Amino acid sequence: MAAFVSLQEAVAAHVRDGDSVAMEGFTHLIPYAAGHEVIRQQRRGLTLIRMTTDILYDQMIGMGCAARLVFSWGGNPGVGSLHRMRDAVENHWPHKLELTEHSHAAMANAYEAGAANLPFAMLRGYIGADLPKVNPSIKSITCPYTGEVLATVPAIRPDVAIIHALRADRQGNVLLEGITGVQKEAVLAAKRSIVTVEEIVEDFGPRNANAVILPHWTIGAIVTVAGGAHPSYAHGYYKRDNAFYIAWDAISRDRDTFLAWMEENVMRAGPEAFAARPPKAA
Amino acid sequence: MNISVSPAATVTPTEMMTIAAARALKSTDVCFVGIGAPSAACNLARLTHAPGITLIYESGTIGTEPDVLPLSIGDGELCDTALTTVPVPEMFRYWLQGGRITIGFLGGAQIDRFANLNTTVVGPYDQPKVRLPGGGGAPEIASNCGEVFITMAMGHRSFVEKLPFITSMGHGEGGDHRERLGMKTKGPTRLITDLCVFTPDPVSREMTVVSLHPGVTRDKVQENCGWTVCFAETLSETPPATTEELRVLRDLHARTKKAHGVS
Repeated sequence: MAAFVSLQEAVAAHVRDGDSVAMEGFTHLIPYAAGHEVIRQQRRGLTLIRMTTDILYDQMIGMGCAARLVFSWGGNPGVGSLHRMRDAVENHWPHKLELTEHSHAAMANAYEAGAANLPFAMLRGYIGADLPKVNPSIKSITCPYTGEVLATVPAIRPDVAIIHALRADRQGNVLLEGITGVQKEAVLAAKRSIVTVEEIVEDFGPRNANAVILPHWTIGAIVTVAGGAHPSYAHGYYKRDNAFYIAWDAISRDRDTFLAWMEENVMRAGPEAFAARPPKAA
Repeated sequence: MNISVSPAATVTPTEMMTIAAARALKSTDVCFVGIGAPSAACNLARLTHAPGITLIYESGTIGTEPDVLPLSIGDGELCDTALTTVPVPEMFRYWLQGGRITIGFLGGAQIDRFANLNTTVVGPYDQPKVRLPGGGGAPEIASNCGEVFITMAMGHRSFVEKLPFITSMGHGEGGDHRERLGMKTKGPTRLITDLCVFTPDPVSREMTVVSLHPGVTRDKVQENCGWTVCFAETLSETPPATTEELRVLRDLHARTKKAHGVS
């Protein structure tokens, strides 16, 4: 049952050292404010799971939260490398980061299998690719009907899923629109969940009968954080801050510049700072 | 197509690459678009000779018509202008694996003579010299789309004799390698670079230069390639960029820069 709490309380209650944590949002609705709270509470030894490892996980890796990364693409989209992730993998700074690497298709299937309470996912994938040589969890199965050999990956069952949604109603039902990625699957696959939202409304009002709605009884904690997806975006609220994604390249390239930025904008700031961050609608 | 021709000297190699890549697409194609150079080419095609093309980005946007190039595969612009937006598992299961996509358009960090791609790592996987972003959607785009176009700028570090890691299979070891692995799709049928266009030899499947861009020599191509390049017996010249192609491409880039807050 969804509890309306503060972000500090939500993370304190649901995210523990050593947990596997999936923070999803496929470019859209990335839960930055919640990730920053995990950094402030100095969680350690986390297995961070995410398809498109972007700036949020770069920040969490650079601040020492992660022991392992489960991912299928790790870059600053359209800009270049994630320098903190690269520093961790190439130079073990701030410490060694173990990788469990997949393709997008495999991870999307693995989340779906988790939500469906299946032990593994099956796909026509990884054919001729080298990833199965370096990720022993990628295996295969022979179709009992046709004899075709198909790739398998274990279901993703995170300890906790964290997402950012557009809005919740007073009961704690949660609405997502636009690019919805794998957020529904991540929440339904996880043991616990935290959802941050742009706003809480009395009632969703008229809506598409097929809108993506997570009922309140699938969610652990709900927190209002206006602007909480910045520098990603919230459909109908604010646009993606592409200028920040471009600027992150210089901020993150150097360890000291990165640490100074994190100190000022994360360690000494709270979730309320997010409301003023998104660029004004053009 | 407008046939008035600009002086070749004013066209940059990158522009020529994007224009030559765009020409490979048809209005009837259903195209899975990789970010970066492929995205520019696909949208140029849509804004010039292929207005009916269906562009699909892995974020789930189907039939998208962005006014500016997205920085990421999931910019709001893609969703706002799409015919429909589907969840990511559905995108990969029903649309890509389901065999609905005719062309996958990919870029990469490194490529070999059989158009296998590496976007994962330079050096050993466990002790990498350079950790690259990884495969994302590419491994299954390469195997599940009807055919694959690739666009990449040439150079010794990117066109290499041997890949340290195969992220996405092209023609593997060449010959019938794809068929032996049970693949029914064609794999890479066209590689468009900043200097020339390659297509696979029908038997060996080695990527073979069939067309040189205006002003480019065989030597220039060889100098920028890490393997001994195979040239077709009849080598043509890529038709020069038209003023219309250049105008639309430059307008697109100018709108994009403005929209992303880049001065």
